[in-house]
Amino acid sequence: MTTDVKARNKEVIEEVLAAYPEKSAKKRVKHLNVHEEGKPDCGVKSNIKSLPGVMTIRGCAYAGSKGVVWGPIKDMIHISHGPVGCGQYSWASRRNYFIGVTGVNAFGTMQFTSDFQEKDIVFGGDKKLDKLMDEVEALFPLNNGLSVQSECPIGLIGDDIEAVSKKKAKQINKTIVPVRCEGFRGVSQSLGHHIANDAVRDWVLEGSAAKTREFEGTPYDVAIIGDYNIGGDAWSSRILLEEMGLRVIAQWSGDGTLKEMEATPKAKLNLIHCYRSMNYISRYMEEKYGIPWHEYNFFGPTKIAESLRAIAAHFDDKIMEGAERVIAKYQPLTDAVIAKYKSRLEGKTVMLYVGGLRPRHVVGAYEDLGMEIAGTGYEFGHNDDYQRTTHYVKDGTLIYDDVTAFELEKFVEKVKPDLVGSGIKEKYVFQKMGVPFRQMHSWDYSGPYHGYDGFAIFARDMDMAINSPVWSKTKAPWKS
Amino acid sequence: MSQSAEKVLDHMTLFRAPEYTDMFESKKTCFEGGHPDAKVQEIADWTKSWDYREKNFAREALVINPAKACQPLGAIFAAVGFEGTLPFVHGSQGCVSYFRSHFNRHFKEPSSAVSSSMTEDAAVFGGLNNMVDGLSNSYSLYKPKMIAVSTTCMAEVIGDDLDSFIKTAKQKGSIPEEFDVPFAHTPSFVGSHITGYDNMMKGILTHFWEKAERKENAKINFVGGFDGYTVGNLREIKRMFELMGLDYTILGDNSDVWDTPTDGEYRMYDGGTKMEAARDALNAKGTVFMQNYGTEKTAEYVKSKGQEALVFNHPVGVTATDEFLMAISKLTGKEIPAALELERGRLLDAMADSQAYLHGKKFALYGDPSMVMGLTAFLLEMGAEPVHVLATNGNKDWAAEMQALLDASPFGQGCKAHAGKDLWHMRSLLATEPVDFLIGNTYGKFLERDIGTPLIRIGFPVFDRHHHHRSPVWGYQGSLNVLVKILDKIFDEMDKSTNVPGKTDYSYDIIR
Repeated sequence: MTTDVKARNKEVIEEVLAAYPEKSAKKRVKHLNVHEEGKPDCGVKSNIKSLPGVMTIRGCAYAGSKGVVWGPIKDMIHISHGPVGCGQYSWASRRNYFIGVTGVNAFGTMQFTSDFQEKDIVFGGDKKLDKLMDEVEALFPLNNGLSVQSECPIGLIGDDIEAVSKKKAKQINKTIVPVRCEGFRGVSQSLGHHIANDAVRDWVLEGSAAKTREFEGTPYDVAIIGDYNIGGDAWSSRILLEEMGLRVIAQWSGDGTLKEMEATPKAKLNLIHCYRSMNYISRYMEEKYGIPWHEYNFFGPTKIAESLRAIAAHFDDKIMEGAERVIAKYQPLTDAVIAKYKSRLEGKTVMLYVGGLRPRHVVGAYEDLGMEIAGTGYEFGHNDDYQRTTHYVKDGTLIYDDVTAFELEKFVEKVKPDLVGSGIKEKYVFQKMGVPFRQMHSWDYSGPYHGYDGFAIFARDMDMAINSPVWSKTKAPWKS
Repeated sequence: MSQSAEKVLDHMTLFRAPEYTDMFESKKTCFEGGHPDAKVQEIADWTKSWDYREKNFAREALVINPAKACQPLGAIFAAVGFEGTLPFVHGSQGCVSYFRSHFNRHFKEPSSAVSSSMTEDAAVFGGLNNMVDGLSNSYSLYKPKMIAVSTTCMAEVIGDDLDSFIKTAKQKGSIPEEFDVPFAHTPSFVGSHITGYDNMMKGILTHFWEKAERKENAKINFVGGFDGYTVGNLREIKRMFELMGLDYTILGDNSDVWDTPTDGEYRMYDGGTKMEAARDALNAKGTVFMQNYGTEKTAEYVKSKGQEALVFNHPVGVTATDEFLMAISKLTGKEIPAALELERGRLLDAMADSQAYLHGKKFALYGDPSMVMGLTAFLLEMGAEPVHVLATNGNKDWAAEMQALLDASPFGQGCKAHAGKDLWHMRSLLATEPVDFLIGNTYGKFLERDIGTPLIRIGFPVFDRHHHHRSPVWGYQGSLNVLVKILDKIFDEMDKSTNVPGKTDYSYDIIR
């Protein structure tokens, strides 16, 4: 990028910092930077406590566990254990698509809660949890297991959900997973992912060997890890893996089941989509079972082809030929999509602020359409995310970690991107400003965006956002 | 391959293509470890039986699909109704992200609120430092006129004291001494979002009124309660009050902040009750409470200050609106103008035109207690027959009042009011004692799918239909909107059940 852009970006960082009390400015300065090519990371600190009162966009550990990792496992019942709110606000809102009969053998769009009352806080909730599990079993006999998703009070009042879970698991002879994902733990969703991963390790994988004894493996078995099937993303990814000759034995966790989780140690390769939320369990499986893992990127044809080849390189010629066959099969679709949309999007700039992997992984898809990334940042990234980001962003890109609503608004005002890609809390702010916007958590209720089928939808959606005629009308004609 | 650049298929249709349905089938058979289809069908049928209903109603610990949220959501709802007010929620930060998203999805608007972002150390040592730094940051960055503090369950469990924390923060210079910081403790394990509204409204009024002396004037105050139609409703109330020539103050007027224009400028704050007006509201003759359940403490408080409290249950329809207006007329001495009488006549005209389509139709309803009571009264007035009325956050008083309302009408016979029950209870009710229509919020669509009862979306939240919050459901005009919502669904269902060529070419009428 030009020195002008770099200077402007540095200036706008100074400007936003000036608005903070001194003590807070000293902390925020570490999270904002202008990327310099050649550096090992983006030059920002991350995974640090949010400042109070600044309107962070982050969520909590419960959101990371129930909302992200565990909630999508469709044949288990996930109990939001504590007061009613957490389960209510996260009820069916993440569009982790699944196939099943809701309320009978699938439960992903239901809200199960122990609805804590004052007496539960005072006397503890263990007895209630015990009784609740019996009631679950009586009303939903086809559930294949339970998880207990702890809300803030659980850890504060000293409940022993592990003891209750162990006892009930024995009684009803099903897997029951207690998860200590109280919202006050850690600094964001991120610790919730980690805690949820550890719970998978401790309560599902450890001791699952007996359960998977009868599993008949093949040399081409892989697992999709960290794809939550938002809008069907895991499906439009799985289809490519199967078409190249691999056998997907498990999906974690979008449209996934407990049995798939249990079978995963039999995989030959773990394919990680969202590194941030599931690298822990992948590393564990690498250490414990010797399963290698590969972080792939199925956004946009360039990265998809790269990833398919890299995945195939773990296997034999048959799979490598399969990868080439798949790339060739979709080439005409890709060409047609680019031919249709690139001319409408070429040169347009984008600012991103998302979670997980998207602040970097979607960059290639935009670039396939001729678009440029002017700024990006992570809600709950760690330093390894910012290291990985250097492979995606150009010199001079504005980088913001755990951005505050105030900062993001000022950045967008100054940088004036053609599109902002972030979440629901940001969407209407920027649309009021007349800036086209796409939600990049939920795909704005569209999707899938993964894979070749998804790229066509991605291109259509970016075009419809940027080139909608509504944005040209924000000023009354008599005012202009 | 089904995908193409010419006609891009998204999730709505893409996954119906054979390459995907085959893939789903093989995933299911080879890897999922599910139950046989016949067993799934058997259990599915059983969940709709009387036997299941009895087991379902025997639940004591498990809550499934409740129709209620938690207190701080309501506290934010009340707080943003005051000019330039930033809601500040003391406790874990994830809660605030949830509250904001919830309002974003319902109103399709920005919704600002901050958290004091308490973590493990605050759980051990208390959240005082978070309050001190948080208020200072909020004040500097967002330049509010007032900060309204509520709590999450974390802060409540560890026992943080807002009053002393706010005082300490002021002493430490986080915010100016004279800056307005009303507060309310809003534990999520007590009551629901409507309780939080009540607590925060009372907290704000207490802040402005407690040290002032009351000198009664001729004004009245209006408190809408937690209301998904607040944008349309408050504007309608203002219009009616202006027609009546009233001197009034809306307390908690969030109709503008959740309906800002797209004109190139983002307004973090907009409209709202002015601080001066909130202060002066102490001197009013009385305060009108539109939703009794969910403003009880605030009503008690205004009475303790010497005001009259006029209390309603979400009036909808002719009789309820008549009573509403007459009570206000009596309190203020202002006459009900001819213009409103004309609107009354027009509403009744519409009801008379359409009553044949509603008469005898069976309804199930759920939602916040006062709202379902108001809607039930309207259905009874139309000759429709409520069969199941449910409020997860309704208490015993509500159940008794609701039952009395039903029992007093020939159209309410056999209808039961269910307090404290959830939507999984409602599923059993609908499966065993079917009705023609269901009235509820967006979550009712799962009942519509499972049981087949057509859903009329009235309530909060409504995430999957746009812009309904912009139109009122109060007053004669609002009642007309409710009538049209109900009628549209009735007519749509009539058409949908008569649209098979060669089978039901009759009854598919162009005139209804």
